[in-house]
Amino acid sequence: MRVTDLSVRYRTTAEKVPTLKSALVRLGRRERAVRVVEALKGVSFEVPQGAVLGVIGANGAGKSTLLRTIAGILPPDTGRVEVRGKVTTLLALGVGFNGNLSGRENVVLGGMAAGLDRADIEARYDEITAFADLGDFLDLPMKTYSSGMYGRLAFAVAVHLDPGILLIDEALSTGDAAFRKKSEAKMRELCAEARTILLVSHGLATVRQLATDCLWLHRGTVMGHGDPTSTIRDYTRFVDVGEDAVALDSV
Amino acid sequence: MSTAVEPLQVFEPHTRQVPPLGPYLRELWRRRRFAVHLARMNLKAASYDTAFGQLWQVLNPLLLAGVYYVLFGIILGGDRGGPDYLSVLLAGLFAFTFTRNALGLGATSIVSGGRLILNTAFPRALLPLSAVASALLLYVPMLGVYGVFHLIGGQPVGWQLLWVPLLVAIHTVFNLGLALVFAALTVYFRDTSSFLPYLLRIWLYLSPVLWAVDDTPERIRPLLAINPLFPLFGAWHEVLLDGRSPSPGLLGYAALWAVGLLLGGGWFFLTREREFAVRI
Repeated sequence: MRVTDLSVRYRTTAEKVPTLKSALVRLGRRERAVRVVEALKGVSFEVPQGAVLGVIGANGAGKSTLLRTIAGILPPDTGRVEVRGKVTTLLALGVGFNGNLSGRENVVLGGMAAGLDRADIEARYDEITAFADLGDFLDLPMKTYSSGMYGRLAFAVAVHLDPGILLIDEALSTGDAAFRKKSEAKMRELCAEARTILLVSHGLATVRQLATDCLWLHRGTVMGHGDPTSTIRDYTRFVDVGEDAVALDSV
Repeated sequence: MSTAVEPLQVFEPHTRQVPPLGPYLRELWRRRRFAVHLARMNLKAASYDTAFGQLWQVLNPLLLAGVYYVLFGIILGGDRGGPDYLSVLLAGLFAFTFTRNALGLGATSIVSGGRLILNTAFPRALLPLSAVASALLLYVPMLGVYGVFHLIGGQPVGWQLLWVPLLVAIHTVFNLGLALVFAALTVYFRDTSSFLPYLLRIWLYLSPVLWAVDDTPERIRPLLAINPLFPLFGAWHEVLLDGRSPSPGLLGYAALWAVGLLLGGGWFFLTREREFAVRI
């Protein structure tokens, strides 16, 4: 996977919801309510096959934008992204889920939303439900779930999608202590297989444990790229938090 | 994992161009089951907490037909009080409801699919496609109900009813084109969906649903024929109520509108769909 001189700009309109009225008013005043936010500025890097790249940086550094661009969701403004293989994204949990449907139906729906065939999902169905371990709740509508249970099912679907290149955004571990342990083990298993993984995380300990490479973004530019230990050291020195318990907490 | 066979994907900046059509349509075709499944699941979820559930979708146009029947059939009456007028009304109203549903669901399909669009890459046309699939799934029971009234109203039954699937197919293509246009439009102007009911209302009155073409003054007929739904409803009447094959002129005109809308709507949608993730 190669990213060359990638820039992404968001043109955000000033009003929250674009309506015809505000467009007409704007036209009348001859102004354009466009604010440009440069999320990524000339980012270049390369990830070898099978590497696990940890992406770190403060909020708003452009980490999620980077992942969305690599997945082909956001169009780049300049530069070029080359990706070899099927990209699967774990950017948020429970994408495609519908709260009015049962857990069972949502497993199928979520899997199909991620691009799997129905037969694929059915083949993996038992594995997924065993991993989520929700018991009788599987047949109840998901709006009756606690947020922890919702997260467990969503995570179970997400990690069983069998991706070629996996893009993972932060805050993926949910649920109670027991489930957390299980999901960490699953993550390690995914990283150990010969897959290319991009892992966005604020959990520096996680990145150091799992990643073979580390990319540090700051306000849309690359501040450092190298082995995790030294990049994380530079990063923590930069933000001046020190490697205390807060920064080392989980994903 | 074999790297040699994996295709290389390149993402580069684009201008307002149609994405490469071949791969796009292949991916759309590969994902068609998702569109249908999503349609079915959305319908199921929508009727989750009403007592009559999906029955309402048929009941709604049926009750509406009752209202119009009282108004036009009995109060303004004249010669069209019989049960045959009810079946005339139903044929038109059910067909119009098909377009109404496709348009309404299609218009909100992109905007309400925000999480899906922000977090997964797929041909965005899947969402309006799924909306039209929903509308079609709702239309099928309506056709069944119409069948009963067709018999009660003593409308002609014969081999010409074999035209019905073709007309429904043309209607579906027509609706898909329309759904694509409005799905993209709603991304730019969110109030599209609030002014849609009024557009649909006036469109209903301008279409030969409540009135027949023969009732209208001769000189305004060319104007009425501008209505894109006009040829479709015309052919629909010929097949269901006159018991004959649709005239080739009307059929061709209807097919032309459908294909034109699909191409135009598809172009409008596809040239803009890569912007949706930024706009939502």
